[in-house]
Amino acid sequence: MSDITKQSLSELIKNIKDKKLSSTEVTKAFVERSENSKDLNAYVTEDFSAAIDKAKKFDENPNLDLKLPGIPMAVKDLFCTKNVKTTAGSKILNNFIPTYESTVTQNIWNEGAILLGKLNCDEFAMGSSNETSFFGCVQNPIDKDLVPGGSSGGSSSAVAAQLTPITIGTDTGGSIRQPASFTGIVGLKPTYGSCSRYGIVAFASSLDQAGPMAQNVKDCALLHEVISSYDEKDSTSIDFKRNKYSKELTNNIKGKKIGIPKEYRVDGMPKEIEDLWKKGIDYVKDCGAEIIDISLPHTNYALPTYYIVAPAEASSNLARYDGVKYGFRADGENLIDMYEKTRSEGFGAEVQRRIMIGTYVLSSGYYDAYYLKAQKVRKLIKNDFDEAYKKVDAILTPSTPSSAFKIGEKTNDPVSMYLNDIFTVPVNLAGLPGISIPAGHDAKGYPLGLQIIGKAFDEQNILNIAYAMEEKINFKNKITDWWIK
Amino acid sequence: MSKDKPEYLINRKDNQYEVVIGLEVHAQVTSESKLFSTSSTKFGAEPNTQVSLVDAAFPGMLPVINEFCVKQAIKTGIGLKAKINKRSVFDRKNYFYADLPQGYQISQFKDPIVGEGKVILDMPDGQKEVGIERLHLEQDAGKSIHDLDPKNTFVDLNRSGVALMEIVSKPDLRSPDEVNAYVKKLRSIMRYLGTCDGNMQEGSLRADVNVSVRRKGTKDFGTRCEIKNVNSIKFMQMAIEYEANRQVDLIEDGQSIDQETRLFDIKKNETRSMRSKEDAHDYRYFPDPDLLPLEVSDDFIEKLKLEIPELPDEKKKRFIEKFKVSPYEATILVSDNETSNYFENVIKKSDVKLATNWIIGELFAALNEKNLEITESPISAGNLSKLINLIKDGTISGKMAKTVFEHMMEGDKDPKKIVEEKGLKQESDPKALEKLIDKVIDDNREKATEYKSGKVKLFGFFVGQVMKVSGGKANPQLVNEILKKKL
Repeated sequence: MSDITKQSLSELIKNIKDKKLSSTEVTKAFVERSENSKDLNAYVTEDFSAAIDKAKKFDENPNLDLKLPGIPMAVKDLFCTKNVKTTAGSKILNNFIPTYESTVTQNIWNEGAILLGKLNCDEFAMGSSNETSFFGCVQNPIDKDLVPGGSSGGSSSAVAAQLTPITIGTDTGGSIRQPASFTGIVGLKPTYGSCSRYGIVAFASSLDQAGPMAQNVKDCALLHEVISSYDEKDSTSIDFKRNKYSKELTNNIKGKKIGIPKEYRVDGMPKEIEDLWKKGIDYVKDCGAEIIDISLPHTNYALPTYYIVAPAEASSNLARYDGVKYGFRADGENLIDMYEKTRSEGFGAEVQRRIMIGTYVLSSGYYDAYYLKAQKVRKLIKNDFDEAYKKVDAILTPSTPSSAFKIGEKTNDPVSMYLNDIFTVPVNLAGLPGISIPAGHDAKGYPLGLQIIGKAFDEQNILNIAYAMEEKINFKNKITDWWIK
Repeated sequence: MSKDKPEYLINRKDNQYEVVIGLEVHAQVTSESKLFSTSSTKFGAEPNTQVSLVDAAFPGMLPVINEFCVKQAIKTGIGLKAKINKRSVFDRKNYFYADLPQGYQISQFKDPIVGEGKVILDMPDGQKEVGIERLHLEQDAGKSIHDLDPKNTFVDLNRSGVALMEIVSKPDLRSPDEVNAYVKKLRSIMRYLGTCDGNMQEGSLRADVNVSVRRKGTKDFGTRCEIKNVNSIKFMQMAIEYEANRQVDLIEDGQSIDQETRLFDIKKNETRSMRSKEDAHDYRYFPDPDLLPLEVSDDFIEKLKLEIPELPDEKKKRFIEKFKVSPYEATILVSDNETSNYFENVIKKSDVKLATNWIIGELFAALNEKNLEITESPISAGNLSKLINLIKDGTISGKMAKTVFEHMMEGDKDPKKIVEEKGLKQESDPKALEKLIDKVIDDNREKATEYKSGKVKLFGFFVGQVMKVSGGKANPQLVNEILKKKL
């Protein structure tokens, strides 16, 4: 079957369960396509021969009751994988091989999936274009020299280019939804506390959340079902009743109330985004849902709040990369000199910028004005959503203020880069679930996404809305395989 | 309390200075595993053998609070008669050091688990109350070892992440003696509770000492210096003595005192500046986002209250009322749980007065000499009880008892057996004694006549003779009685 890699996850599972395809055949197909796609630079670490061995082993004694039977998949290189190098896109971890497995990836392997390799990402997930990675930019399969979004850029590129049927990313301020939007795929950022953070290289602990990325909503729901679990090893993990998201998935959203927040009509928003949003509203109406105008008055403050809270936490979380215990170490005259050289050479410019911002906002004399105030505003932003959810079941917004941009276009303008997260950041600050689905194309033919934001723990509802809309939108990604010689 | 209690003052020319001391005691929580990981806390293991991925701060590792340590902190708070905060927050204290793998210490800054409390000190001139400001939980750091290699520093992370309670006193202490009493009392309370073993040699208890001085009679506090990480009571006292005098000398010299952190050099017996206020670290405290605020219910606290044993203050009161021991004796007997248990075991079957004297006197002296704890005493409470009963029923004299006691210290033998084996039994048979006495009077006819004619001083001579003839075994009381009759 030459078109194995074109199949969705659900199709692959069905074919493996029906014994029409073996795990080995499927794995080899994705390995082959991945090998032909090196120009995308989606992988940091390939684990192809081990993957084929594991697939063969699976086929010898296949357990077809598992949710991901013999399915190969690559994961973002922010998840620690036992005995496989884990870099977080950074030079400082370029030699780091964990002796342990993250809970989320362990959940995936427990359901029969097989690791293909580790996918590129912005360094320590700090970026919106994958350009901050120590391992170089990732190409968006949509067009040459187009960013795939970030920080889960290797993940979005790999799914869109069908190098992996599904993947997982992490989302701190939009790092799953924005790249999903830029590459025409589906990405879900779950409720904070839904997926364990154990074994995920930390960026900003109070915002980080792992989530699934897939070609369609159903695949996304299934992968979410696998990765979402209560974990005692993560003190912020929440023990709530989790749905069978894929089994309970329905396109019946009749009578659901969908909020349209007026504050998301930002100045200078391209007309095509405005039009996409209107189209989205029409789709949900078509599905029998009710549209309600709402207000999220503190939306404007979300971005500055995020760029205080996230760097503050990052500045502390990244203190452990000091050259003493593991990772890169530069020689120094003494301890302080070693620290300075290790961290100056080991971290890239964006990471250093955020460490400095974070250190500054936590400093005595500035703490109250920045960090404490940001925490108060964060509470107000959460209150906005709480108020809105008294009237509506979910909220519909664009995923990003624009389509994907060219590599290098925004590297010298961090603020314009940060503005990319304007629609996604409030969701992280409020700890809510949000999903981005491909909803159309701009004039250049680049994909555009719509975001559905849910109540906490209400992933099933936004998956259902996304599922219903997906049917109406009938999106087709325009991918030409331009990178394959 | 007497008004003319002996004050600890530093005198210079016409001025008298009072010393103001506050202590930040770091007490290691007695617990099998660390504050946020499951690694063992056992002392003395090979370096870096008790280190989990969390303790070594590997990427993606997360802290999970050890509930037992929380219980220990709350129990200690109850023992300090302090307010237990139902909501407390763990903060990150950020700084770089080779033995601090995370690059931050998880501590409690703004919202500690225990609030204000108090400790009562028994000073020779009466009781003194010392205020407790707060108690919070925090992680210990690892250990940097600088003297194993000429060029490199070695790091041992066995201690990294071990739970500590930082107990901050109010600046209520006024002398090295009070500091001594305070640390001992604090240690005693925690040992009663089983929340800290108080072992200073193993570093389970250490303190940062804040010292300032002011002219006697003034209200405002002087500028304080903090002496870091002093690990014995003796060194605390020496450091305070030195530091207070240093500050007084500066003031007398017309200079001002810089608020700074100092180190105590035990070899030179002096404190040295470590860093000034200007160089103080900015620790960038903020709530640890990996941990939710710690919330405990009333029910949780109430259940822990039921686990609190009788504490030294209450026990002392009971000993005085029930056993009629003096306050001084009671203070000594309750100083630690093991001593009071020993005492209560001894007096189950023997005389309280004698038991008190023997424990505080002979036993403590003997243990001290051998550098033993009461729990290591070669003489069990049961055997000491037997010894006391042998005295009480006249089988042996007090003097003999000391000999028996010495034998007992060599190994835990039944005193009755020792008495038999060594033939130490006292001669208390009146007939046998009469025979002896008759013979002594016979042999000393002249002296007996002199005695009868009024030379009463000679009575002692006869007692001495009888004891000599009996080989020291005659019951001195009976000898006295019979002699009086016979002479």
